[in-house]
Amino acid sequence: MYVLLLCRKYLTTRYIALASVVSVMLGVATMIVVNGVMKGFSVEMQARIHGVLSDVVFESQSLEGFMDAQWHMKEINKVCGEYIEGITPTVVVPAMLSYKVQRQWITQPVQLIGIDERTQGKASDFSGFLQHPENRKQLSFDLREGGYDTQNGKRASLADAGWQYRREMAALRKYDRETLDDDPLKGGVQPPAPLPPQASQPPAGLAAAAQPQQPKPVDIFSQAQQQAAAKGQAPPPFAAAQNVFDAGKQQHTGLVLGIALSSFQDRAGDEQFLAMPGDDVRLTFPTAGTPPRPIDDLFTIVDFYECKMSEYDSQFVFVPIQKLQQLRGMIDPQTGNARITALQIKLKNEADGNIVRDKLKAVFHPQLYRIATWRDKQGPLLSAVEMETAILNVLLFLIIAVAGFGILAIFFMIVVEKTKDIGILKSLGASARGVMGIFLGYGLALGAVGAGGGFVVGMALVHYINEVADFLGWVSGTKVFDPNIYYFYKIPTIVDPFTVGWIVLGALAISVGASVFPAIRAARMHPVEALRYD
Amino acid sequence: MNTLPKIESTERRPSPRLQLIARDGSDGAERIDPKTAHISAVGLEKNYYKGSIKIPVLRGVDLAVREGEFLAIIGSSGSGKSTLLHLLGTLDQPDKGEVMLHGQRIDDLPARKRDGLRNSQLGLIFQFYHLLPEMSAFENVLSPRMISDGVWKYWSRRREHEAEAKRLLEIVGLGHRLKHKPRELSGGEMQRAAIARALINGPRILLADEPTGNLDRTTGQEILNILRGLNEREKLTTVMVTHDLAIAEQADRIVRLVEGRVET
Repeated sequence: MYVLLLCRKYLTTRYIALASVVSVMLGVATMIVVNGVMKGFSVEMQARIHGVLSDVVFESQSLEGFMDAQWHMKEINKVCGEYIEGITPTVVVPAMLSYKVQRQWITQPVQLIGIDERTQGKASDFSGFLQHPENRKQLSFDLREGGYDTQNGKRASLADAGWQYRREMAALRKYDRETLDDDPLKGGVQPPAPLPPQASQPPAGLAAAAQPQQPKPVDIFSQAQQQAAAKGQAPPPFAAAQNVFDAGKQQHTGLVLGIALSSFQDRAGDEQFLAMPGDDVRLTFPTAGTPPRPIDDLFTIVDFYECKMSEYDSQFVFVPIQKLQQLRGMIDPQTGNARITALQIKLKNEADGNIVRDKLKAVFHPQLYRIATWRDKQGPLLSAVEMETAILNVLLFLIIAVAGFGILAIFFMIVVEKTKDIGILKSLGASARGVMGIFLGYGLALGAVGAGGGFVVGMALVHYINEVADFLGWVSGTKVFDPNIYYFYKIPTIVDPFTVGWIVLGALAISVGASVFPAIRAARMHPVEALRYD
Repeated sequence: MNTLPKIESTERRPSPRLQLIARDGSDGAERIDPKTAHISAVGLEKNYYKGSIKIPVLRGVDLAVREGEFLAIIGSSGSGKSTLLHLLGTLDQPDKGEVMLHGQRIDDLPARKRDGLRNSQLGLIFQFYHLLPEMSAFENVLSPRMISDGVWKYWSRRREHEAEAKRLLEIVGLGHRLKHKPRELSGGEMQRAAIARALINGPRILLADEPTGNLDRTTGQEILNILRGLNEREKLTTVMVTHDLAIAEQADRIVRLVEGRVET
């Protein structure tokens, strides 16, 4: 009882010891904040990566892809069908994106991904990253009339996007052509040949005025295609007849554009767009033949894709897989079988990814196929974040360890100061263990105050991290957290109770550990010498 | 203890016979068998060391105190009287010789047992009171009880303990100063609190090291009256060290220590 009483008395009267607690408190608070932010960052990033990549990706080693997606899907289902929820085919190919702003062409390298609009949403969280609410429910490559998410006014210009915008732009271009002979899309390129029409939307119009000569795809099926044509079979759709294209009423093949490919922030901090849903862009990409040859086509932006991973948002462009297969010459005109470059596999339970990967690897030859879980594919990035968190934790824990040395020094001082009290207690019959308990308990109490204070401060900082960042930005005059750099609008935080528990326990252990030596010294004091101490 | 009245007596007692006990009892003084004495010392030797220099403090002290006796040990500074008291109180261990309680050797007991003995059977009073400065007078008095009982036991009987502490403080005349810290008390009041503290666990022996040494004569006499009253009414065996013969003369018996030996 006297141990508890004296611990309480010392805690409330020895303010110098409380000073040492401040460093424990700061260390704990910092560790909670850092772990909260890193965890939030890591989870958010993983969610975004996982939103793009399905649980397991089954890829061809070659850009030419592999034949017969249906056969592959069947085989995959045979091997590990019990784990699989859905499979969707994709074609992934590097490409160049070009669009014109005023009289300037903007060309950027992109990753062109052909997706199946019906099944893509089932194999990943793709749909959730689109800007039109209807597309989030079910993706359509048809341009919407309007109603794109303006993010509470941060993207006010998206309010105009869609058919309304397309019609206005088409009218403007028509007026320019008629009055000024100044078609902004003409630019410095050769007048293009008319586009092959889509089944429901005849091409031409805008394209008729601006498209360069359409190079004929030279693909692996070209030979077969020519032979088929010679035999009088129907030509593939992209070789259809030319029609007049009215940009105010028709669209090209739909395309979902990574939002960072056309967005920028104005001085007010609002996001503006160089190209919006309703605008046309040109994509140039290699055919599937050997050697690959460049081919290009016009597409109409129907939505933006924003997973808030700048790497993806500034690279990915999604188009209908069939259109891409057609343009790249990946469809066998005789059998109608199309090549694909990857299969995205969604599992019933994401945790089974490694099992599925290993089972598939055992069946499909690694020279032809690359099979990886989404974690494997982003392994270096995820490991880097984990490593960064671990190093930060070690460094921050050293802060608490330094605080522990502060406690050690102060405790030695207190033991010296309390020498007479130790003698008194021993004269009253207190055991060495009891005296030791006083100082260990005092260390624990100091640690509890420090860790408790740190916990409260840390949790408060985590809760108000964005407000704190804004305040620091206001004080320092520079943005502490720039969404343009991190592509997060807010600092993501997740408090893991297990981690917080370890931090608090660690701080307590260090505080108690630091008081062990002074406590032993106190316990070993001779009562008579202690009583005589002045 | 429950019937202990408030002690205010200032009555002077007749001077006790100066009784010196040599090992062989050849001085003719009354011999007390250490094995039947309440507390006794046999051939106690104690040396201190300053570097490699050996400083003998006690050079073979024999002493026996009867149950209920009020014994005064007198001697000049450095004669070893405080050391002798510390050895009797098991605060220190002799280099040679034995300390016995009821004929049982206690100086060689394990530290934990000596701590327990000090807590339950011996009451120690010091010249400089040695109250814990963080605690109030009331808490100081309760501290030996806190030491003897575990948290749960103390907590479950705390009302009983607190009533006892209050009663003892009232007996020594400090009933109105319960919540005062030692720095808020006078020397006499601190010594009263120290006496109450020494009594809380109901010891049968009081060991007082210069209990009046830091007090003026009147206050010192008041303290002595309290000790004397306890000795008379409660039959508490009391060993008091003092350098003041006037104080010592109020004891039942006086032993003089000269250069670490009982003067013969």
